[in-house]
Amino acid sequence: MLAYIIRRVAQSILVLLVTGFVAFSMFSFVGDPIDNMLGQERTVADIARLREQLGLDQPFFVQYWRFLEQAAQGNFGLSYRQGRPVSDILIERLPATLELAFVSGLLALCGGIGLGIFTAIRKRGVSANVIMTLSLVGVSLPTFLIGILLIYLFSVELGWLPSFGRGEVTRLGGWTTGFLTESGLKALILPAITLGLYQMTLIMRLVRTEMLEVLRMDYIRFARARGIRERAINFHHALKNTLVPVITITGLQLGSIIAFAIITETVFQWPGVGLLFINAVQFVDIPVMAAYLMMISVMFVGINLIVDLLYFAIDPRLRVDRSAAGGH
Amino acid sequence: MSTPVLSVRDLVVEIPTRKGLLKPVDGVSFDIAAGEILGVVGESGAGKSMTGNAVIGLLDRPARIAAGEVRLLGDPIQNLKGEALRRQRGKRMGMIFQDPLTSLNPLLTVGEQLTETIREHLDVSKSEALNRAIAALEEVGIPAARQRIDSYPHEFSGGMRQRVVIALALCAEPELVIADEPTTALDVSVQAQIIALLKRLCRERGVAVMLVTHDMGVIAEAADRIAVMYAGRMAELGPVRDVITKPHHPYTAGLMASTPVASRGQKRLRQIPGAMPRLDALPDGCAFHPRCEKATDKCRAEPGPTLAADEGRAACWYPLTQTKEATA
Ligand SMILES: Nc1ncnc2c1ncn2[C@@H]1O[C@H](COP(=O)(O)OP(=O)(O)OP(=O)(O)O)[C@@H](O)[C@H]1O
Ligand SMILES: [Mg+2]
Repeated sequence: MLAYIIRRVAQSILVLLVTGFVAFSMFSFVGDPIDNMLGQERTVADIARLREQLGLDQPFFVQYWRFLEQAAQGNFGLSYRQGRPVSDILIERLPATLELAFVSGLLALCGGIGLGIFTAIRKRGVSANVIMTLSLVGVSLPTFLIGILLIYLFSVELGWLPSFGRGEVTRLGGWTTGFLTESGLKALILPAITLGLYQMTLIMRLVRTEMLEVLRMDYIRFARARGIRERAINFHHALKNTLVPVITITGLQLGSIIAFAIITETVFQWPGVGLLFINAVQFVDIPVMAAYLMMISVMFVGINLIVDLLYFAIDPRLRVDRSAAGGH
Repeated sequence: MSTPVLSVRDLVVEIPTRKGLLKPVDGVSFDIAAGEILGVVGESGAGKSMTGNAVIGLLDRPARIAAGEVRLLGDPIQNLKGEALRRQRGKRMGMIFQDPLTSLNPLLTVGEQLTETIREHLDVSKSEALNRAIAALEEVGIPAARQRIDSYPHEFSGGMRQRVVIALALCAEPELVIADEPTTALDVSVQAQIIALLKRLCRERGVAVMLVTHDMGVIAEAADRIAVMYAGRMAELGPVRDVITKPHHPYTAGLMASTPVASRGQKRLRQIPGAMPRLDALPDGCAFHPRCEKATDKCRAEPGPTLAADEGRAACWYPLTQTKEATA
């Protein structure tokens, strides 16, 4: 098993190196930041000084190596636009995105698994069919449209919930949280639904399909023949088997919640890293974009790794097979 | 004679299809006494599994019991549903499936599956259930049962798994066990052991066993009586030795002539010409007449006589009462 983990970690590092390369390449291929940073009245001396300050006068590979070196220490240089260290800006913005992603992820996971089981067990019921039909709508509506519809209904028409921002936040050390104030919690609701809905429908449909598949297996029949209660069959025998394939997809879905947050954050003017990224794109603020890319890929790779390890925890067959295979 | 453990009378199973109503089981009657093994044979599609599934209430939609009676120690059970049916399964009747690889839940240890079943039906503490689980494994001949109780199914060989399946089917001490081809998926070398095990448990505990199989050798070895099914009907029913050496139904005679064990005296095996008719294309009259050398106009016009559970041997207008050599 150890060998397997080491191999997976090595693969992860390779993936990160490649994304790092892509992120870094942006510096050379996307516009000249100097144009953006200095106004119309710039002198040649100003330009040269800034170039040197930012390290833009070095050859490509030297710059790449320095980028990697710095990135590994969490240092992505200065934002072209704000003139402040990118890492400081990211850390400032990260809590907003993570809290939003956490709540949406929870919603997607609990709602998706719950509804998936429900629609699988009651596959002929009316409510299950209504849910399945609605979920089709959920999958096909684009995120921004859902966000706008929710804003229209709950903010404009009913006036129950705020349409933008994070509400009041509380500062806890380096972290800002919206969980502790009423306005902060209220502000979370609409963005979290907007962001989580798509993932929830995906997870739900996946759980349903897998569960129906599992319920047809011989061991479920055998459990029935032994007089095991329906409840135990559904939630113990079947669910456990359903979760094995569901975990991978779900894990990746949760990763993509953070990536998809860009749109939701834009619609709700949510002060997270997604909004930061969109603003950075508008200003060709390459260091911020690169740092954002790296951050997202680290998260994806990390989640992937965790998912693989979860497999071991759930499926005893892998514990034997893979470790034996990895041991040679 | 005391009440038989299982008593089936005029059982009819129907499947509504677009082409009309199919009857995979059509008027079947038989009894099984305590400590008796009834071997059920017949070509693929004869309705053996359907009969077994109907008895234990595990028919898959859209198949349903349309008529007839199933009694377990005198109690009619053919109309039981839901909770009432569940309480009978495992506790009063158990089932053993063909493939031990797929009959056990891969994500639960054999101990978990055993104790769950035991505690479902018997009012015992956790530790008592565990002791009984270990005893059940020991009884089916799993070596070092106490150490293996926490093993997962994949850690056992095929034959050992089928022993676990038998332990599971018997752990709540049912009076009736339906074994649907319990050795078909196993290695030839372990088939005999599994059959010997079944036979021993049947005798020791006085369990009634319905043993469905294609293997005439298994029947000759284990069964007390034999039931021959053809196209959903009972063709012949009688003591094993008599039926094998002196079959009364021409179909049984053909079946015996085509199997190595039963036709030991013969030089060559003989195949019955033709194939069993499909359920949606049953001929008029006796379903076997197109393949029967002795068929008369009566056979072509009238369905064969219905075989009762306790009298008569063969459902044939012209039963063979001479010796096998003369008829074959
Ligand atoms: N859903 C269905 N629709 C139509 N016919 C069906 C359906 N399910 C089963 N049958 C038919 O019912 C008949 C009885 O099947 P059954 O499984 O009892 O046969 P069997 O004697 O157990 O055969 P085998 O030896 O292959 O296990 C078969 O002819 C099969 O084609
Ligand atoms: Mg069968």
